[in-house]
Amino acid sequence: MSFDLVANVVVAGVLTGLVYGLMALGLSVIFGVVRVVNFAHGEMMTIAMYAATVLFAELGLDPFLCIVPVAVAFFFFGYLLQRGLINPFITRPEHSQFMLLVAVAIVMVNAMLMVFGPSARNVQVDYQLESFEIGKILVDKARLYAALAAVATAGGLFVFFKTTLVGKAIRACADNHLGALVVGLDVKKLYALTFGLGAVCVAVAGCAMVLLVDVTPPLGPAYTLLAFVIVIVGGLGSMPGALLGGVLIGVSEAMAGLLVAPSAKGMFSFGLLILILLFRPQGLLGKKP
Amino acid sequence: MSLLEVHAISKSFRGLKAVSDASFEIPEGSINALIGPNGAGKTTIFNMIAGVFPPDSGSILFQGKPIHGLRPHQICAEGIGRTFQIVKPFAGLSVLENVMVGAFLRESSAAGARKVATQILERLQLAPKRDLPASSLTLPDRKRLEVARALATRPRLLLLDEVMAGLRPTETDQIVQVFRDLNRKYGTTILLIEHVMRAVMALAQHVGVLHHGEVIARGTPQEIVRHPAVLESYLGEEADL
Amino acid sequence: MGGALAALPLFAGNYALSVVTLILYFAYTGQAWNVMMGFAGQLSLGHALYVGVGAYAAGGLFFHYGIGPWAGLWLAMLLCVALGLVIGFLAFRFSISGVYFALLTIAFAEFTRIGFDHLDSLGGPGGMFLKVAQRDTWDVLNFRGPPLMYYYAILVLCGGALGLCSWLLRSKAGYYWQAIRENEEAAQALGINTFRWKMLAVAISSAMTSVSGVFFAFYYNNLFPEQIFNISRSIEIILGPVIGGVGTLFGPILGAALLTVLSDSITEGLAAIGWEIPGIKQVFYGVVLLGVVMFLPNGIWPPLARMLRLK
Repeated sequence: MSFDLVANVVVAGVLTGLVYGLMALGLSVIFGVVRVVNFAHGEMMTIAMYAATVLFAELGLDPFLCIVPVAVAFFFFGYLLQRGLINPFITRPEHSQFMLLVAVAIVMVNAMLMVFGPSARNVQVDYQLESFEIGKILVDKARLYAALAAVATAGGLFVFFKTTLVGKAIRACADNHLGALVVGLDVKKLYALTFGLGAVCVAVAGCAMVLLVDVTPPLGPAYTLLAFVIVIVGGLGSMPGALLGGVLIGVSEAMAGLLVAPSAKGMFSFGLLILILLFRPQGLLGKKP
Repeated sequence: MSLLEVHAISKSFRGLKAVSDASFEIPEGSINALIGPNGAGKTTIFNMIAGVFPPDSGSILFQGKPIHGLRPHQICAEGIGRTFQIVKPFAGLSVLENVMVGAFLRESSAAGARKVATQILERLQLAPKRDLPASSLTLPDRKRLEVARALATRPRLLLLDEVMAGLRPTETDQIVQVFRDLNRKYGTTILLIEHVMRAVMALAQHVGVLHHGEVIARGTPQEIVRHPAVLESYLGEEADL
Repeated sequence: MGGALAALPLFAGNYALSVVTLILYFAYTGQAWNVMMGFAGQLSLGHALYVGVGAYAAGGLFFHYGIGPWAGLWLAMLLCVALGLVIGFLAFRFSISGVYFALLTIAFAEFTRIGFDHLDSLGGPGGMFLKVAQRDTWDVLNFRGPPLMYYYAILVLCGGALGLCSWLLRSKAGYYWQAIRENEEAAQALGINTFRWKMLAVAISSAMTSVSGVFFAFYYNNLFPEQIFNISRSIEIILGPVIGGVGTLFGPILGAALLTVLSDSITEGLAAIGWEIPGIKQVFYGVVLLGVVMFLPNGIWPPLARMLRLK
């Protein structure tokens, strides 16, 4: 096993991991602020992927161009989902919240099955087959662009939360729900906004991911679990943590595929989750609860 | 031998000394109060006795046996019952069922627990409300329930954490009567942390005063209200009136 | 009710019998899960772990050594209780609760699922198949026989579970568990060693679920890691209790019955209209689930019981 091979695998893992990270970032934002376990997160990502394939097939739109319409649509979808369906559940016991989103997830996954059927779909663009050569390392163009889109979106979100008034208001809600209410923040609206933003992350991640992976309905639940693993490993409430977690998982999956059997890579992720939950539940970059 | 002996206990939190070398004894069958301004360390001492966390140094003896470092459920098994400042009823259970939970410590069957619970509810005049859900009680009744529940564990020492908080004067008087009866008729030893001086003066036989984590005075209620250090600690803080 | 179920085979054909068997299977497994959630207040979303381990333990013994299910049962229970205690210990010692606990259980189930996929001695991803012998005679020792035998077996299990849970609820354990669920701190102040009692609930729940696994192994006779440990199985397990009513005695049974009836009628209904697109049944399913979760937050049993004036 040469250094080159490992390096290539690691680089690919990092890039894919950044896209995972963006997906997880959406979940982190939702979970961290609204405190709802979005068990339909992976399903939403899968819908985004399908959306990209449809736009590509019908309109010939490159997935990166799909990002804008899909993200906008997803923002409203997320906003309405939170405002309409999820809001009354915030005060309900956890298993109720969970069941609500499981039901939503079931509807989503099977709706996709109904509409698209079980066979895999993908997009085919030229640059998927091309790569950049950096020394001995081959970097897939598609993978690089996807990672860049992920980082750009994450960066944009970061700036939004740090600098804009709305962003700060959302952070206030996350830190202190009651306090936010007391100072007059429209918490319901902010929650809905947050969910919308989380959905945007998923939209971008999905459009990017469809260049790297074929999409099938069962990806939904798989990505949901993956998102949770990443969020917990990286640290709840930490945006860089989500990206870091994504990269870690991306690299470990790639390495596991190389060292062990590819199908065993999931074990590594879940094993890592268990260890983190036990020894560092706030995650790598999260704040101590 | 006193029922409870606290020897020079101290506790610091992140470098801040909350309690410093506090010592006192509780004789059996007495009603004792621990008072002091906010932040004086009363709750910290209380929590150390109740087993929420151990003292950094010093010892706590109950009936001659060291209990510092034991966990809350073990403390209860030893014979110390406690109530919470913010009442914690088992909302989904009825009043009777709440007290039964306490009774099960000493009773193994549901029938036995029910009997004990019923007796205690009678004692605290909560019997008419026995089948109501605990969540439907008024605050004074919830406080009584809290006490009833703790009593069901047959404690020799009852710790009351600011039980008068939030009660109106008439309600305070009523619950003071309850405790007086408990003490006189059943010999329950009581240690209360309190802010409400009305209750302290009416109930307590011995009072300890805390200030900045130290015991600055001990004596009867009449003695400590005239104690210079006590006056200074209370009034000195509100000097510019 | 019990009498009606016992007499059912006199009226029903094999198909109806198999449907009710399935209902009872989910009712039983749901009841077992209910002990951990409803009694100890811990949300386990990886309960398929115990079904799978139980199934593979008993199934494996039969497959490799010809050891019958009654002996395999003990290994299944032992393994599952051990597993449950480990998870419980890790969770309670490290104060993991709520959604984190749920994720921990999912992680264990997934970890095991992938692990079993690589265990060739137990069939690996291709599955393990138990020999299906003569199906006409009642071979209770090897748990082989006609559908009728399985029906009575699961009926007895269900009845047993109901009896056990009913007894537990009214005993000291039941009161203590409810207290812990309502307010753990207050419970501790009343002398309850909450750690020990939570572990007990976990142990009982996992032991009961392991039996479910053993039944599964000898009823269906084929085991695939991908299916039996799948998170969909875990979700199926909790659907009954959540819809029927978490923490109640009859919730799991009611929920399981309603769900199976619903599922079947949807399939029939759609077939009648001619809508047989894959996935459409689950969409309806999900929508109904959504409706129940939204409008009947405590499940169907509490309002129903009030209506029947049983409460």
